[in-house]
Amino acid sequence: MVREFEDVIIQTLCRFLVPFIQTYSLYVFAHGHSSPGGGFQGGCVMAAAFVLIFIAYDLNEAKRRFREKALLIFCCLGVFIYAGTGWACLLLGSNFLDYGFLSKVLPTDPVKARYYGMAMIELGVQITVMAIMVSIFLDLVTRGEHEEIMEEEGA
Amino acid sequence: MKKVPAFIAIIITAFLLIYAAEDFPKWADPYQPASLHVSPRYIEKTVEETAVPNMVTSVLADYRGYDTMFETTVIFTAGIVVMMLLRRPKKW
Amino acid sequence: MLEYLISKYNYWMYVVIILIGFYGMMAKSNLMKKLIGMGIFQWAIIFYFMSISAKKGATLQIISGHHGAYAVARAVDYVNPLPSVLMLTAIVVAVATTGITLSVLILIFRRYGTFEEDEIIKLMNEKGK
Repeated sequence: MVREFEDVIIQTLCRFLVPFIQTYSLYVFAHGHSSPGGGFQGGCVMAAAFVLIFIAYDLNEAKRRFREKALLIFCCLGVFIYAGTGWACLLLGSNFLDYGFLSKVLPTDPVKARYYGMAMIELGVQITVMAIMVSIFLDLVTRGEHEEIMEEEGA
Repeated sequence: MKKVPAFIAIIITAFLLIYAAEDFPKWADPYQPASLHVSPRYIEKTVEETAVPNMVTSVLADYRGYDTMFETTVIFTAGIVVMMLLRRPKKW
Repeated sequence: MLEYLISKYNYWMYVVIILIGFYGMMAKSNLMKKLIGMGIFQWAIIFYFMSISAKKGATLQIISGHHGAYAVARAVDYVNPLPSVLMLTAIVVAVATTGITLSVLILIFRRYGTFEEDEIIKLMNEKGK
């Protein structure tokens, strides 16, 4: 996995499947309100798409698609979005995470404002879960030695 | 050598678990205490208060949103801990 | 007596799986097998909690119709949503625990070179002296 495998059938097929898996994960996330799904499930499916690239190609190709700096930024961005929505409700004059008061900013009534507040926090959860699953996977597979392996292969 | 004490512990645990099952309600009973206390309110008022037909999402993200925030923090902490344990800095 | 056994058969099934996981954690001496036993234990507990939410003649936890248009919902018609929600959190905690345990196992292997419990204790006593 960490060294290049070089089989044409597997590489072509995985490259063909990855956009469909990512679209399916966005579908699972977006339909979380009226069918089974939501933030956690969508995040795990998106992480599975990235792991497929890692299995078919090698570490350098996978790191080119999703750099380490972007990975760390995504980890923190999700928690920030979640807490940020709670803070926005606090600043508008209500309790923490009370989405009804978001109707002062969004052009809807308080009941629909709860609907949109839930969608925002599920977005935060999905981003965090995807980034953490990918990060734990890369750390465990390379035994923590990302940079040594990339130097050896001549990144 | 470790198998004999393990078997004894298993038999004692099995006996205790089976003895405690006398008070449990029957399977798929619609009037068990777990279904009567707070979940009828969540089922009946989810469309009227939050306009979301999926009860699991509305309980997870709206009625119990605080727990979900700390759970996201838990998974974030686990990722950071794995990074801290496994990476060794080479160049100071 | 037979009715007592049959009416709670979800509980007996999960007790058997719990005891299998517990035996794996106690009696095996390879650290990797202990971890697998812990995983079996965690998932059996999660399945047991999900089985509490069943109701006779009830349907899925989603109110049908466009955006829940059939809004007159009786609580007897729908499966209990609370255990599913709480077990989502439990699954995430199980994943986090497994990831951290695997990374600690990698550190143990780096230092001692083996996974067997007896050899690790012997090497620890030698290095200490």
